[in-house]
Amino acid sequence: MKTLAELQAIRDRMKDTVNLRSGSGSIRAVVGMATCGIAAGARPVLAALVEEVSRLGLTDKVTVTQTGCIGICRYEPIVEVYEADKEKVTYVKMTAEKARRIAEEHLQGGKVVEEYTIGAVENA
Amino acid sequence: MKELSLNILDIAKNSVKAKATQIEIVIDEQNDWRRLTIRDNGCGMPPEMVATVTDPFTTSRTTRPVGMGLPLLKLAAEQTGGTLSVKSSQGVDHGTEVTATFAMNHLDCVPLGDYAGTMVTLIQGSPDIDFSFTYRRASGEINLETAQMREILGDVPLDTPEVLAWVYESLTAPE
Repeated sequence: MKTLAELQAIRDRMKDTVNLRSGSGSIRAVVGMATCGIAAGARPVLAALVEEVSRLGLTDKVTVTQTGCIGICRYEPIVEVYEADKEKVTYVKMTAEKARRIAEEHLQGGKVVEEYTIGAVENA
Repeated sequence: MKELSLNILDIAKNSVKAKATQIEIVIDEQNDWRRLTIRDNGCGMPPEMVATVTDPFTTSRTTRPVGMGLPLLKLAAEQTGGTLSVKSSQGVDHGTEVTATFAMNHLDCVPLGDYAGTMVTLIQGSPDIDFSFTYRRASGEINLETAQMREILGDVPLDTPEVLAWVYESLTAPE
């Protein structure tokens, strides 16, 4: 049973952390969460991404956000990765499993997982 | 949508888009009927739009000429013999209220599903909005108010992973 006291404990643990506000990271992972995305299974993709970013200790570097319809609904769930001075990467037909792999190889390791990108899927 | 919690996420996203600062979600189960209410203080819609809003070809978005959210919720409600109603106002009392009813004993009633996952997703996406969630049934009531959480958390953002985990566990704890 979760209590408000536990919430207080989280606050006490974190209030000395310098960088409380997310959004200051250099990498943005944007998950499509419009009707098309939700119906296609974006909710677990977002959950996996948020969990992995936290587990791998990347919360200072990576910001995970949600967006509306991207316009290529048949490819949902979609995750777009933006990084300064690099080309946007669009991952399509995502799953929680693929999200975990991308968190480790791309967000942490810096290497795009080509086979999940729109380029690879379109030309398959 | 495979479960109602996904429709709830979808419709609440409309409220976010409407720049709501307060979004209230109530699920009330009584006598085999489930009533879902999603209320917001967003910009609201003009009467002409409310009249056609459940038509898939009525939408405020520009990427595609269709908006399936409300039509899908309407279908889910009506296939059990329930109804969908949309009320909206743009004046001083601006906001929209969507109400859908479902006969829970009907074969075509979709399960409620992971409402905790829906609330976590909504809070993660909009940590500054005041969400109110209430699930009321014979066995009791579950309630979550992010405004109340904010009072305790102070500067700690609601989309912090530990806070989101707390929300999920609060909403799935056995009563």
